[in-house]
Amino acid sequence: MRAQFVLQEVWTGLRRNLTMTVALVVVVAISLSLLGTGLLFVKQVDDTRTYWQGKVQLSIYLCTTTSVSPQCRQNGPATQSEKDQIATDLRQLPQVQHVYYESQEQAYAHFKQDFSRDPQFTSLVTKSEIPDSFQVKLVNTQADYSIVAGTVQGRPGVDQVVDDASILSKFYALLDGARNAVLIIAIILIIAAVLLVANTIRLSAFNRRRETSIMRLVGASNFYVQLPFLVEGILAGLCGWLIAAGLLIAVKVLGLDSLQQYFPYNVQLSAADLVEVIVLAMVMGVLLCGATSFLTLRRYLRA
Amino acid sequence: MIHFDNVTKTYPNQNRPALENVTLDVEKGEFVFLVGPSGSGKSTFLRLILREERPSEGRIHVAGKDLARLTNWKVPYLRRRIGCVFQDFRLLPNKNVYGNVAFALQVIGKPRRFIRKVVPEVIDLVGLEGKHERMPDELSGGEQQRVAVARAFVNRPMILLADEPTGNIDPATSIGIMKVLDRINRTGTTVVMATHDAAIVDSMRKRVIELEYGKVVRDQSRGVYGQAY
Repeated sequence: MRAQFVLQEVWTGLRRNLTMTVALVVVVAISLSLLGTGLLFVKQVDDTRTYWQGKVQLSIYLCTTTSVSPQCRQNGPATQSEKDQIATDLRQLPQVQHVYYESQEQAYAHFKQDFSRDPQFTSLVTKSEIPDSFQVKLVNTQADYSIVAGTVQGRPGVDQVVDDASILSKFYALLDGARNAVLIIAIILIIAAVLLVANTIRLSAFNRRRETSIMRLVGASNFYVQLPFLVEGILAGLCGWLIAAGLLIAVKVLGLDSLQQYFPYNVQLSAADLVEVIVLAMVMGVLLCGATSFLTLRRYLRA
Repeated sequence: MIHFDNVTKTYPNQNRPALENVTLDVEKGEFVFLVGPSGSGKSTFLRLILREERPSEGRIHVAGKDLARLTNWKVPYLRRRIGCVFQDFRLLPNKNVYGNVAFALQVIGKPRRFIRKVVPEVIDLVGLEGKHERMPDELSGGEQQRVAVARAFVNRPMILLADEPTGNIDPATSIGIMKVLDRINRTGTTVVMATHDAAIVDSMRKRVIELEYGKVVRDQSRGVYGQAY
């Protein structure tokens, strides 16, 4: 195998086919970066979801001395007997799996931890301003919420009942939608890329039909005849991938990482996640271009 | 060297076979003219030897190999033992004389040192001394055909197939090409040449096989082109 000769043939092929090669590189770059973006989205959604999994699904905030809602002003802060009554009633409900009382001290500690990135903000809030609450885990989130919420809503000492799932589901619907859109566009573009690779290689094979016919005539093995085209396709794929890798880094640093400002806790994807996606994109790009070149050549260079 | 045993070749969608019940032997070191009108099956004969086509019936042995048993991936190795020259030269326009001849060795993975040694020898053999750097469009038709012959012979094939090699060349230049083919034949290479050139066939006095409508109608050991044409 003479590498220099093959590379020279590849260079000739790419140069003669320059416009198609450029188009190919661009389409591969865009489709791989969209695919990668989709994968980053999947990871991002999974990460935030994991954070919330196993957490409470229903929060019942109790009235404190500083509560501003009308029913709290009217009744004053929740008394110990009111709290005991709520806890007992909740535990009797079959829809409730687990009830956990979070005192003001604990709530304040959580608050400080969650907003640790923003010390100026935490310093403005005092312990008495953070309400204590009952954190309830439901057996069936969707169906049981209104039953459980109805039992405690409006009782003296109860400030508000918050359905965590409903807040999160909106956010997830948004993320899932974005992810699906990106993946669908990526798939369409990958199909376009496959067709473009096939076309480019076909054009290249047509441009070099003299060379290939002579190669076959003098007894070059099929592998040797196909290798320059294969390398050509894979090289174009790698160029596209390099651009895609740059775009993916930009998507993470400029796009996904800025999501952080909307979250009190850490949602930033790790560098390892990014590397994983980029490596996956490379494998995808090389396989895509290599396999398509190979299959196209089998049809056009058949002996 | 080449053995046809009752070979018939019918192309798809054609009633008349291109070759019909052809049985013949070409021995090692022979020089054979293949004559006959257009469409008589000369090209099919050559394509069958190269295994560009498979016979519809019958057996073909080339260089000791039964072509029916040859797997597709072994065909290139068969072709390395057969050189080919065509009427239209089939040179690569963007490579010079040296590059065109070397190409045949490069694509079968021969080492560079070997190529550097062998290619100039063959270029000299076909009478193109000092023209290594010329591009094909700077050469006459006869010279281009010499390059094609050099490319066909550079890997020292056992068989050289020539499909009307003098078809595009004037008679005076043709004689030069024939001298080169004769020189190659004298090295022990079997030469099979399809031609319409009566003067050449008559002057060489070699074996002549005449085909008509796909059948062998004449096989003479020191023959002439024939009267009919």
